[in-house]
Amino acid sequence: MFTKFKENSFLFSELVKRDFKKKYKRTYLGMLWSVLSPLLTLLVMRLVFTKFFGNEIEHYTIYLFCGNIVFSFFSDCTNGGMGSLMGNAHIFSKINVPKYLFLFSRTVSSLINFGLTFIVFLIFCVIDGVPFSFSFFALIIPIICLVIFNVGVGLILSALFMFFRDVQYLWSVFSMLLMYMSAIFYDPARFGALERLFLINPVYVYIKYFRIAVLEGYLPSIQFHLLAIGYAVVFFAIGALIYKKFNHKFIYYI
Amino acid sequence: MTHEPILSLDNVSIRYMTGDFKEIGIKEFFLRKITGKYKVTEFWADRHVTFTINRGDMLGIIGTNGAGKSTLLKAVSGIMRPTEGTVWCNGKIAALLELGSGFDGDLTVGENTYLRGAMLGYTRRFMDEKYREILAFAELEEYEERAFKHLSSGMKSRLAFSIASLVNPDILILDEVLSVGDGAFRKKSEAKMKSIINGGATTILVSHSIPQVRSMCSKILWLDHGKQITFGDDVNGICDAYEEFLKTKVLPTNL
Repeated sequence: MFTKFKENSFLFSELVKRDFKKKYKRTYLGMLWSVLSPLLTLLVMRLVFTKFFGNEIEHYTIYLFCGNIVFSFFSDCTNGGMGSLMGNAHIFSKINVPKYLFLFSRTVSSLINFGLTFIVFLIFCVIDGVPFSFSFFALIIPIICLVIFNVGVGLILSALFMFFRDVQYLWSVFSMLLMYMSAIFYDPARFGALERLFLINPVYVYIKYFRIAVLEGYLPSIQFHLLAIGYAVVFFAIGALIYKKFNHKFIYYI
Repeated sequence: MTHEPILSLDNVSIRYMTGDFKEIGIKEFFLRKITGKYKVTEFWADRHVTFTINRGDMLGIIGTNGAGKSTLLKAVSGIMRPTEGTVWCNGKIAALLELGSGFDGDLTVGENTYLRGAMLGYTRRFMDEKYREILAFAELEEYEERAFKHLSSGMKSRLAFSIASLVNPDILILDEVLSVGDGAFRKKSEAKMKSIINGGATTILVSHSIPQVRSMCSKILWLDHGKQITFGDDVNGICDAYEEFLKTKVLPTNL
């Protein structure tokens, strides 16, 4: 596996470059856009929801930002990943390349976006006066989990998309539902005992990890870690199985 | 020239699917499944193909349209997986299937060169070394920064050919690509091909030009509607039979 990846590392880096160049071509603001667009979403949410929820939640801007940064990474990754196989079908139907590389490179360009936004996130934490604690460093855990989780979901979606083109419409409806269930702008504690139900949603688990580590300043419990890692592993495994089972069939569906 | 086997196909069969399963949505899929209107036709694009070629051989694959030649090459190059049988290969394969496809119109000529090189399995160091040579061979030095989509189709295939032919593969697959670009470039590309072949590479050639096959190949595989009619090194004998078949449309029985 490792030698195989090393063999393909040149192709991988060229694909990442290609995805990145294509994404920012013809936009004057270029990479700035990738930071600006989540900030604008944040601004809108801040303006709209402060009246409803702002008073009961401390550091409401950062609270929102935690939800926003995680969810937009998830959404960018999975939506882009879904089309990554189909969009490169003209290549893998003519040249023998490992198809999953197209999804991986798409994920990396989303990750770069996420990284840029994350820097802004940290700056906002300073501006908003969130006390720094060492639990900030633990954020690497949900970020790694999120990447693996996103790749897993991307593998599932990109395979489904090869077979059924209307998956994209279903997915956009489903991700909207997921967005509302991720408690991005409200506090699920208001539902009392039902709060535990939110943990069914993996994206919420990662958002909550961010909030605990940043706003509360401590590390979540071991069970919580297991849940976060478990979701990533399970979804990656399902995605990998589906890919392994079907990747030789994709060529018939182009 | 050594005679160790380099590529061996054992009883390879590929079942191809066509039908209305493409681009139908989930709803339509289930609707058709329930009403029994879901139709997928499967047919054998290649059936029981068995042959072995040795290092240095030049294999010609002949057959009419729809004989399964291109599908077989896809299986050999690893793009498709055979439904039955095995492909065993002892070396690096460079397949020139539909040269111009797979480039990205928005990227520049230079960026596309690197990307294509990476796809063909070259290393970055190798590409750094050969980059100038590739552009020079394609005669595209002034177009380095030009977006790929702004090239003429002749220029595109010149670039594609230049990148692909710079490799020194163990097995080179040519799917009717010996006619690239204008007259001058065609001569150049044919010379390049010959030098690769003379360099000891094993070559698989798909061609409809029987004189070309006669003059270049040392072994012949004849396919018809997916079935292997014959395989052997009696190049002239098989070519004669094939030309006879083209006239009479009757498959020979004595091969």
